[in-house]
Amino acid sequence: MAKTKMEEYLEEEEDTQKGKFLTFILGDEFYGIGIEFVTEIIGILPITEVPELPTYIRGIINLRGKIIPVMDIRLRFKKPFLEYNERTCIIVIDILDNSVGLIVDSVAEVTNISEENIVAPPSLNTGFSNTYIKGIGKVNNDVKLLLDCEKLLSKDELETLDSINV
Amino acid sequence: MSKNESISEKEVEPVPQFMNEPMLEMYIFETTQMIEQLEQAILISEKGGFYEETSINEIFRFMHTIKGSSAMMLYNDIATLAHSMEDVFYFLREAKPTLVDYSQLSDIVFEGVDFIKVELIKIKNGDSADGDASGLIEKIKEFMTFLKSENPSGQSIESKKPETQQKYYIAPEKKITYDAKNFYKAVVYFEEGCEMESIRAYTIIHNLTELAEELFSIPEVGSGSDSDSELIKENGFKIYVRTNLSYEKIESFLQDTIFLKELKLEEISDEETFLSFKQTEGTNFEENEIKLPQVLENRISKEPINKEQIWKEVGNNAPQSVISVSVDKLDKLMDLVGEMVISEAMVTQNPDLVELELENFTKAARLLHKITSEIQDTVMSIRMVPLSTTFMKMQRIMRDMCKKLEREVELQLIGEETEVDKNIIEHIADPLMHLIRNAVDHGIEENEERIEKGKDRVGTVTLEAKNSGSDVLVIVRDDGKGLDKERILTKAIKAGLVDETTVLTDREIYNLILLPGFSTNENITEFSGRGVGMDVVSKNLQLVGGTILVDSTFGEGTCMTMKIPLTLAIIDGMNVKVGGSCYTIPITAIKQSFRPKAGECFTDPDGNEMIMVRGNCYPIIRLHKYFEVQTVVKEFHEGVLIMVEQDARMICLFADELIGQQQVVVKALPNFIKQTKNIQSLSGCTLLGDGSISLIIDIGGLTQYRTSK
Repeated sequence: MAKTKMEEYLEEEEDTQKGKFLTFILGDEFYGIGIEFVTEIIGILPITEVPELPTYIRGIINLRGKIIPVMDIRLRFKKPFLEYNERTCIIVIDILDNSVGLIVDSVAEVTNISEENIVAPPSLNTGFSNTYIKGIGKVNNDVKLLLDCEKLLSKDELETLDSINV
Repeated sequence: MSKNESISEKEVEPVPQFMNEPMLEMYIFETTQMIEQLEQAILISEKGGFYEETSINEIFRFMHTIKGSSAMMLYNDIATLAHSMEDVFYFLREAKPTLVDYSQLSDIVFEGVDFIKVELIKIKNGDSADGDASGLIEKIKEFMTFLKSENPSGQSIESKKPETQQKYYIAPEKKITYDAKNFYKAVVYFEEGCEMESIRAYTIIHNLTELAEELFSIPEVGSGSDSDSELIKENGFKIYVRTNLSYEKIESFLQDTIFLKELKLEEISDEETFLSFKQTEGTNFEENEIKLPQVLENRISKEPINKEQIWKEVGNNAPQSVISVSVDKLDKLMDLVGEMVISEAMVTQNPDLVELELENFTKAARLLHKITSEIQDTVMSIRMVPLSTTFMKMQRIMRDMCKKLEREVELQLIGEETEVDKNIIEHIADPLMHLIRNAVDHGIEENEERIEKGKDRVGTVTLEAKNSGSDVLVIVRDDGKGLDKERILTKAIKAGLVDETTVLTDREIYNLILLPGFSTNENITEFSGRGVGMDVVSKNLQLVGGTILVDSTFGEGTCMTMKIPLTLAIIDGMNVKVGGSCYTIPITAIKQSFRPKAGECFTDPDGNEMIMVRGNCYPIIRLHKYFEVQTVVKEFHEGVLIMVEQDARMICLFADELIGQQQVVVKALPNFIKQTKNIQSLSGCTLLGDGSISLIIDIGGLTQYRTSK
């Protein structure tokens, strides 16, 4: 797996960000994202729709003068759509100089999950949402599904998804 | 580089890149500039067929500088190449030879320039400049030897037999017409072992000049060479004198010579015999004298313009108050100005103030707007660069193509002082090159063919640039054989690019050639035929938001027009409302807007809606349907129709209402979206005064969608 520049850089230095994950809630599950990708967390903003894009890309928002596309994680994972309320948050992540906002039901907390508590996802499970899971982390007695951000934003995945849809 | 070695053993090999970053940048910048100017100078001289002194000096200086800076940056191949070329021009400058094959000279210099260009590209990309110039240097050396052998210089070359050359003396005070009546031939023998015979002979001549009207000798003296002395020792020193003095006077004068062994003095009877001596001994030198001024005269009278041209085009040396700024700073400045425009809009059009009647505030806001616009315009103009440099590059391409194809084509440049944004220039060069190659390769016929058709023998390709509204038009026109509609249509149908049944206008047929994979060439030449060129052109133009239009008259010529927006960043837009969303249409595309009456619009069997306006029929695109926006305004008479034009195609857009005109800063759609899907109908987005986002409609993309549907 190709590492991003940031990842490499982080690994070389004394890593204060490694092992820390931002957890958020989608439905009943907890998901986690390594905080090295997260730029900021904001409340829901008015979204301008952009035509001809896949449904899970809801459109663009104006974040202090910067135009950022937003993706609804629920729709990305083929879950039923939920109306946005005041708890809905946008997690802005930055990968390979692309900024994208992820719309999630709500944000939980930042937890430490060490390497030994992370296991690889079982390869037997079918379904595409597994491709986005980098690993499964154990915290106390809970399980958090750790997302692979690059796969989330990867275009190839999008295309294959579209073909499955159609 | 000793400092280098002392630093550490690892760095014994000098790596110019990381040691001298700013120096390297400077070197690349300077050398690129010099190469460009060099190319221009050579092109102009070659066209004139003659290398004027100023251009020789100019070129010599360029080579010298390139040699120096390359050597300093340790690019030895470039330095050696520059050195050998410098030698050639040094020779040209000093010896001023007359027999020079200028065409070959230009070819060689161009080869050298190309080599350096390639090396520079390597250096710019961070690769090592490892080109081998030795082959080229050999060629240059051969050329030099050839040059030297054709033009023996004034300093005598080693010759086995001393050549007897006439030297023609004209007594300084005397007039050219001679009327002295006495002719003498004197043969002077010097004593053996007196040495320096030629110098002594020269002394005699020198003294005789006072007394004689006309005087010449064999051998010519004055150079003090040993060969002359030998000759004098063997055959004596022959002097032919025409004077008014008597025989006795001359004899006594000559007798006074030191070390004189023997003197034979005879009188020559008449002028003819005297002159015959002059003629027989070969007057090469004289003839040379006469020829040279004539040749130079012809050239000079033909090309006084050239000098000015050189100075105008090459003369960046002219002292101007010019400052070179890093492009990053300019970009940053542009961005900040863009932000300022948005903020200004956010302040003056703040929703809080919308209902309030603030007179003083409005006045102040108007003033602020005026100043902001002026700043905007000025910053824009900073980034504007005239197209002339790009056009000049085309000249070189033209020349190379003409040589390869053995066709004579002339390149005419109009409006090269038109300025465009720096970004755009970089994207124009490639398409232009393709268009010109196409014009020369496909368009212009062979010279003989042209004569048969009754056209001028030399084809013309015109490159024109002009401003039109908020766009810049770059037009490539040729007077060649034009586009063959039938062939294009057949090829397109065969390739499956177009349906057999569709009816296309002439213009549309011509524009088929822009499709990827299209070529009516049977075979692939070095320049074209792969069906890639025009596609590259349209892609490149799309990057800067430009379009290309093809028009042609069969048998007479083709005209390709590239339309490029003047500025990428800020446009005048008309905001329209569709449902809850806001869209912006560039004002330049809008022809008119109106509210249609009920029943004016009608539908055809395919379901396409259209409307008749002043006798013409225009298709309608419902924006709410196209963008899939929820809106209550579905009937035409409740909304507004905006007639827009793109590429001479007019359509009507149906929106809910017009909000207002605004100058908007175009922000590109985020990369992520662009990567996901290339949305043709949107050229970007912009932030409105209240912070909301409005999508900017790309009319061209919209119309394409319409026709493809």
